[in-house]
Amino acid sequence: MNKLQNFRKNFNPTSIPLRKEMLTLSEEILKKNDFPTTKNEKWKYTRLGKLSRLSLEKSKDTSTIKKSSEKISEEAITIEIINGFVNTISDLPKGLIIKSLKDCSKKELAFLGENIHLENEVFHCLNSLYIQDGIYIEIEKDTKLKEEIHIVYNNLSINTFNPTRLYINSKSFSEANIVELFKSDGAENSFVNPVNEAVIHENAKLSITKIQNEEGNNFHIGSDTIYQKKDSFFKCNTITLKGQFIRNNIYVNINGTNCETHLNGAYLMDGKQHVDNQTKIDHFTPNCESHELYKGILDEKATAIFNGKVIVHPDAQKINAFQSNANVLISDDANVNSKPELEIYADDVKCSHGSTTGQLDENAIYYLRSRGISKRKAQAIVSQAFIKDVFSHIDSESSLSYIFKTLEKQHNWEFLD
Amino acid sequence: MAGYTEDELKEDLKQQDYKFGFVSDIESDKIQKGLNEDVIRLISSKKEEPNWLLEYRLKAFQIWKEMTEPNWAHIKYKKPEFQDIAYYSAPKQTKKYESWDDVDPEMKETMKKLGISMEEQKRLTGTAVDFVMDSVSVATSFKDKLNELGIIFCSFSEAVKEHPKLVKKYLGTVVPATDNFYAALNSAVFSDGSFCYIPKGVRCPMELSTYFRINEGGTGQFERTLVIADESSYVSYLEGCTAPQRDENQLHAAIVELIALDEAEIKYSTVQNWYPGDKNGVGGIYNFVTKRGMCHTRSKISWTQVETGSAITWKYPSCVLRGDYSIGEFYSVAVTNNYQQADTGSKMIHLGKGTKSTIISKGISSGKSHNSYRGLVQINKRAKNARNFTQCDSLLMTDTCGAHTFPYIECKNSSAQIEHEATTSKIGEDQLFYCQQRGLSEEKAIGLIVNGYCKEVLDKMPMEFAVEARKLLTLSLENSVG
Repeated sequence: MNKLQNFRKNFNPTSIPLRKEMLTLSEEILKKNDFPTTKNEKWKYTRLGKLSRLSLEKSKDTSTIKKSSEKISEEAITIEIINGFVNTISDLPKGLIIKSLKDCSKKELAFLGENIHLENEVFHCLNSLYIQDGIYIEIEKDTKLKEEIHIVYNNLSINTFNPTRLYINSKSFSEANIVELFKSDGAENSFVNPVNEAVIHENAKLSITKIQNEEGNNFHIGSDTIYQKKDSFFKCNTITLKGQFIRNNIYVNINGTNCETHLNGAYLMDGKQHVDNQTKIDHFTPNCESHELYKGILDEKATAIFNGKVIVHPDAQKINAFQSNANVLISDDANVNSKPELEIYADDVKCSHGSTTGQLDENAIYYLRSRGISKRKAQAIVSQAFIKDVFSHIDSESSLSYIFKTLEKQHNWEFLD
Repeated sequence: MAGYTEDELKEDLKQQDYKFGFVSDIESDKIQKGLNEDVIRLISSKKEEPNWLLEYRLKAFQIWKEMTEPNWAHIKYKKPEFQDIAYYSAPKQTKKYESWDDVDPEMKETMKKLGISMEEQKRLTGTAVDFVMDSVSVATSFKDKLNELGIIFCSFSEAVKEHPKLVKKYLGTVVPATDNFYAALNSAVFSDGSFCYIPKGVRCPMELSTYFRINEGGTGQFERTLVIADESSYVSYLEGCTAPQRDENQLHAAIVELIALDEAEIKYSTVQNWYPGDKNGVGGIYNFVTKRGMCHTRSKISWTQVETGSAITWKYPSCVLRGDYSIGEFYSVAVTNNYQQADTGSKMIHLGKGTKSTIISKGISSGKSHNSYRGLVQINKRAKNARNFTQCDSLLMTDTCGAHTFPYIECKNSSAQIEHEATTSKIGEDQLFYCQQRGLSEEKAIGLIVNGYCKEVLDKMPMEFAVEARKLLTLSLENSVG
C-alpha cells in the first residue's frame, strides 16, 4: 500500500451530495496515484515526505463550539470556519447569498468542481472526496457590495486533516472584496486543504486577499481556480506572514475578451518556514492583460519558491502579460528558487518576466545608520520599502492594518505612513 | 524591392528550402545496424583502441541500457529507433593524407559547397581546420605551426593513440557517462571528434576549427570533443555543422567537454546548420548534445552559438564554475522555421566564491516552429558574492509559431545577486513605423530590427564566424535580414 492509500484509510467519502462523476473520478485518480515527489516538475522544490508520513484523522464537527476568534474588522460580513466546519455567518445584506454547503440545493452543488482539474492534482481529489463542509457565496447581478466579506479559517485541532471548499459565483456587473484569514491557534501536525473556485461573469469584479498567519507545525496546501468571462476583473493578493509549510496554487483561466487579472504576493519568512507559490494564467482569448508581482524577504533557514506560468494560447492576440518576482535573502541559510515561465503560441503579444535575488541595499542601510538609526531598525525600514509596493495593491483598509500590526509584532517593524 | 510587404516575406519564409542539401557520393565503410556489446567491441577494434577505452565504452553501455529517454523537454518528436541506426560510418579510405592534394576530390567539392574550402581557409584566414566527415577526421592543417608551440590539435582517435595519458585523465570528468541518456549513448559508441590541448601559458595564435558534417543516410553521428586549456592559456575554438538533405530523421548525440585550468580562457563558438527538415516537417536532424565546461580558479569559458538548423534541438551548453572568481558566459541566437523545434539554453552552476556568469539568449521563431529557452542558474552555499545576469528575448514572426521560456533560478547564498529578464513580442509596429517614416522600406526596416536584435550575440563571435553566422541568419530568414 503506498503512502497515499495509507493516508486515505482514516477518512470516509463526503456526505454532501456533490456531483457523482467528480467523486468517482477523484476516487479513481487517488487509487492510481501516490503523493507527488520532487521528480514531479510541479513539486520539484517542495517535499511532501513529512506530510505523507503523518497519520491523520478526520476532524470532528465543530459547528456547535462557541468560540469567537480574532476578527480583522467589526464592520465586515464575517464567516468563521473552525477545523473546516462553518461555525458562524453574520447577517447578510441584500444581493448576497452565503451558505454552508450542507444547506445548498442540488442545483447549487452541481456548480462545484466544474472548472477544477482532477487529473494530476491529488490534493483536488482528496478535497473533493473528503470535504465535510464548505461555503457557497453568490453575489447577485448588479450588486456592488460596500462591505467586505471576511472569512476567518481557524485551525484548532491536533493531527487532523481539514479540507474545506469555497465556491464564489460573481454574477455579471457585481463587485465584491473578499478577505481570507488563515490562523491556527494551538493546532499541531494538522493539514489544512482549502480549495477555492470562482466564476466571474461578464463585467464582474472580484478581489481576494489571503492573509496567512499560521502558528505551529502545520501543513497548508491550498488552491484557487478562477474562471473569468468577458470584461471581468480579478485580483488576488497572497500575503504570507507566518507558516511552517505553505503551498499556494492559483490557476486563472481567462475565457473572455478584455479581462484584467492581477496576482500579487508577499512573503516574509524566517525560522524553518517554507512557502511555495505556484501560479498559472491561461489566456484563451484576445485583448486581455495580466500582471503578477511577487516579493519576498527570507531570513534564517526559510525557503521560498515562486513558479509563475503564463500561457498564451493560439489566436489569443494582443495580450499583455507581465510577471515579476523579487527576493531578498537576509541570511546565508535561506533558500530561494524562482521559475517564471512563459509559453506563447500567438505572435501579437507583449509578454515579459523578470526575477531578481539579492540583498538589502547596503548604501541605504549605511545612510540610515549614519543618521543614528540602529542597524536592526535600518534593516526594517529598507525591508518595508522593498515589500510595500505589494501591499499597495490591497484595497481593504482593515486587512492592511492587520498586516501592519502583525509585522510590528513579529519583526519589530514600525510603519510610518 | 520597395514593394516588398510583410505578407510576401511570410510567404518567402514558408518556402525556404535547405541550401546545403546535397549528398556526397563517397564510398563509406558502414557497419550493420543495431547496438549491442559486439558492435561496441567492433567500433573499438576498428579504431584500434586501447583496452581501457573499450572498458569505458562498455561501462557506459551498461549505464545506457538502464536509462530511459528524457521527455521533459518542450518538444514533440518520434523517438529514434536505437536498433535501427548504424553506429559507425567512415569514408572508406581511412589512410592519412600527407598533403591537401591527396584528399578525395569529391570530398573537396563537398567542402567547397559548404563554403569553407580549405584552400581559401588556409590562404585567407590562417585558420587550422580539423574537418570531420562522418565521424573520421580527414584533414588537419596548420599542424606544424601548432606543434611548435606544443599545442595538440588532432582527431580524437589520434589523441587516444598518441596522448593516452591526457585523454584518460580528462575523458568523462566534465560529462560523465551517467549524466544523461544521450551522454551515456555517446560514451558507448562515440566514433571520433576533436581533441585539443593548450600547454601552460600559451596563447593559441589562431582560431582552431572543426567542421562536422553528416553524410551517410541512417547513421548517427556521435562526436566527442575534448578541449583542455592548461594554466594561463587561451584558445578560441570554432565548430560548425551541416548535414545533407535526407528524409529520415538522423540522430546526432555529441558530447563536448571543456576544461579551463587556473587562469585559462576558452572561447567556444558554434554555427549549427544541420538539415532542419523540409517545409512540411519531414526529415531533419535530431540534435541531442551535451556541452559542458569546467572552470577552475580565475578561468573563463565563453560559449557563443548561432543555431539555425536541426529538426529537433536539445542542447544546454553549461559552465560549472568550480574555481573561485571564475567566469562563465553564454551568448546564443536560435532561429527556428517551418516545423523546427528547439529547446535550448544554458546552465550556470556557481560553486566558487566571486563567480560571475552572463546568459544572453535570443530566439527567433517563424513558420510553425517552437523555440524554447530553458536555463538553470544555481548559486550554491559556498559561492559568496556570486553574480548572474540573464536575458532571454524571443521574437515571433508568425501567429502559428511559439516561443517559450523556462528559467530555473536556485539561490542558496544571501550575498548572491541574480537578475533574470525575458521578453516576448513580435517586431513592434511602432518600431517599423518609425523606420519607415524615416524613409526605409519595410524589408529594410525588418532587417535593421532583426540585426539589431541579434547584434549583442553576433558581436561576440570571432570575425570569420560572424560573417558566416550573418550569412546563415540571412538564409534562414531570407528577405527579412537586410
